[in-house]
Amino acid sequence: MSLAEEYPEQIQKIFAKYPPDRKQSAVMPLLHLAQLGKGFVDRHDLVEIADLCGITETDVAEIVGFYTLYHDKPEGKLRIQVCTDIACALRGADEFLAQLCERLGIRPGETTPDGLVMVEAVMCLAACDKAPMFQVQGPDGISYHENMTVEKTLEFIETARKEVK
Amino acid sequence: MMAHLLLRHRDIPDIGKLDVYRKNGGFEAFKKAVTQMKPQEVIEVVKASGLRGRGGAGFPTGVKWSFVPNNIWPHYVVANADESEPGTFKDREIMESNPFQFLEGVAIAAYAVGANAAYIYLRGEFWPVAAHLDEKIAEMEKAALLGDKLFGTDYSLRIYTHLGAGAYICGEETALLESIEGKRGQPRIRPPFPAVYGLYGKPTVVNNVETLTNVPLIVEKGADWYKSLGTADSAGVKIFSLSGHVKKPGNYELPFGTTFRQLIYEYGGGVLDDRPVKAIMAAGASSAVIVADDKALDTPMDYASVKALGADLGSASVIVINDSVSMDWVINKTIHFFKHESCGKCTPCRDGTYWMLHLIERIERGEEVEANTQLLHTVAKQMQNKCLCPLGEFSTMAVTTAIERFPQDFRG
Repeated sequence: MSLAEEYPEQIQKIFAKYPPDRKQSAVMPLLHLAQLGKGFVDRHDLVEIADLCGITETDVAEIVGFYTLYHDKPEGKLRIQVCTDIACALRGADEFLAQLCERLGIRPGETTPDGLVMVEAVMCLAACDKAPMFQVQGPDGISYHENMTVEKTLEFIETARKEVK
Repeated sequence: MMAHLLLRHRDIPDIGKLDVYRKNGGFEAFKKAVTQMKPQEVIEVVKASGLRGRGGAGFPTGVKWSFVPNNIWPHYVVANADESEPGTFKDREIMESNPFQFLEGVAIAAYAVGANAAYIYLRGEFWPVAAHLDEKIAEMEKAALLGDKLFGTDYSLRIYTHLGAGAYICGEETALLESIEGKRGQPRIRPPFPAVYGLYGKPTVVNNVETLTNVPLIVEKGADWYKSLGTADSAGVKIFSLSGHVKKPGNYELPFGTTFRQLIYEYGGGVLDDRPVKAIMAAGASSAVIVADDKALDTPMDYASVKALGADLGSASVIVINDSVSMDWVINKTIHFFKHESCGKCTPCRDGTYWMLHLIERIERGEEVEANTQLLHTVAKQMQNKCLCPLGEFSTMAVTTAIERFPQDFRG
């Protein structure tokens, strides 16, 4: 199904934010919309978004490549993105990431064999006072999980395993 | 302790509800501005208050507004909610818990510079925060605080949120504007500055969230009142984001001039594991590192005093580092960050951060530590003053100062 068929109202709302002759401004919100549910942008999305915004497919692909929250291939349904920058690292974020990966039997950047969880280190998430913390990029968007422990994270994954199929 | 002016939800828990905000004087300042003041008068009050930008650069806000020319239209206001500096986490708390005061600040700024549309640029990770603000904006529209013919005048205003998608560089105002235009977030050559050539090539004021949140109070209570808070050089209050090796990390809203010692020990509960403070980064990862001796700890936190320590206050993101950490590890972290976030436009930054990362990794592996440290210092120095935006410069601040001020941490 095309984006226009799936999200007609949202698309209208997005374009209403910008001057009528500035359709290119909608490219980022449309990419966020395209990632809902499946977690990445495919070729059909690129073509459709380019068409909606009046730009080329290359222009859209450039945006996907530049910004870290856009992905061009399917990985884990849930991307657990652990902040390991200086402020979080001073409060044990590196150890948290290492232990979490060990318990899941993967290395940072890898996905669990069932395709559910991908764990990666990311840059600062502006929650330095609540480390260790991570964000989850999932089917419904993005959520923050702060003051975390490895045990709490594993529980979160177990709950998600039952909900996200 | 004084009641909070910005983090007002800490005193009035439901201030995030429109009726509660209005019962506490909310939107009176916006109404007063639109119905009783000329735009120029609003700019004059903010100028006289001494308010300076809270995003890091510290530029006088009213002066910035006064640069907007009246012969090119339309005008825009953009709130910078890209908050991505390691160590900074204040704007999110404002937007989540005291959203209307921020939105009222956006509205007053828009009126002052003659803008009928304002955008709030939030980093993509603030997805739920953007959804929250969208709800608040809709409530304002319903209450006729946004829309056409506000308060019976001819003034109209709409506020929109725009989500980024993970790029520190978009906190730089011209990269941010490129991003709203649907392009890669790469800085523009300045001049022309955004006040003349901004969003869609039109005059645009870009202000940080915390800066704008101050504005309703200044319009309501006057410039003299605001100036009476803080120090001569730095008027008003500031939210200090305290993180790293402290027992109680968090946001602390305090007058400028509070000392590092007070922040760390009185408010932050002291240093983790009760060890001595070794170093302070006062402006997040972009900081020159401060040697935390008694003189530094007793330094008042205002723009001029921190400058005198050979550092900057920036966005007041105070990262505390105790003596369990070696500074080579610290700059490995900051270099890694800037290497990842360099947008690639300027060669000194793109290649410089790449080589700095290689050199610090060699140092960490113990390979020719002295020679590589010297080379790292040289590369960092050569990057300074050679990039279009401050990112390249920022990436070198901790590197050069850590090597100069903590030489013992760079011996093989």
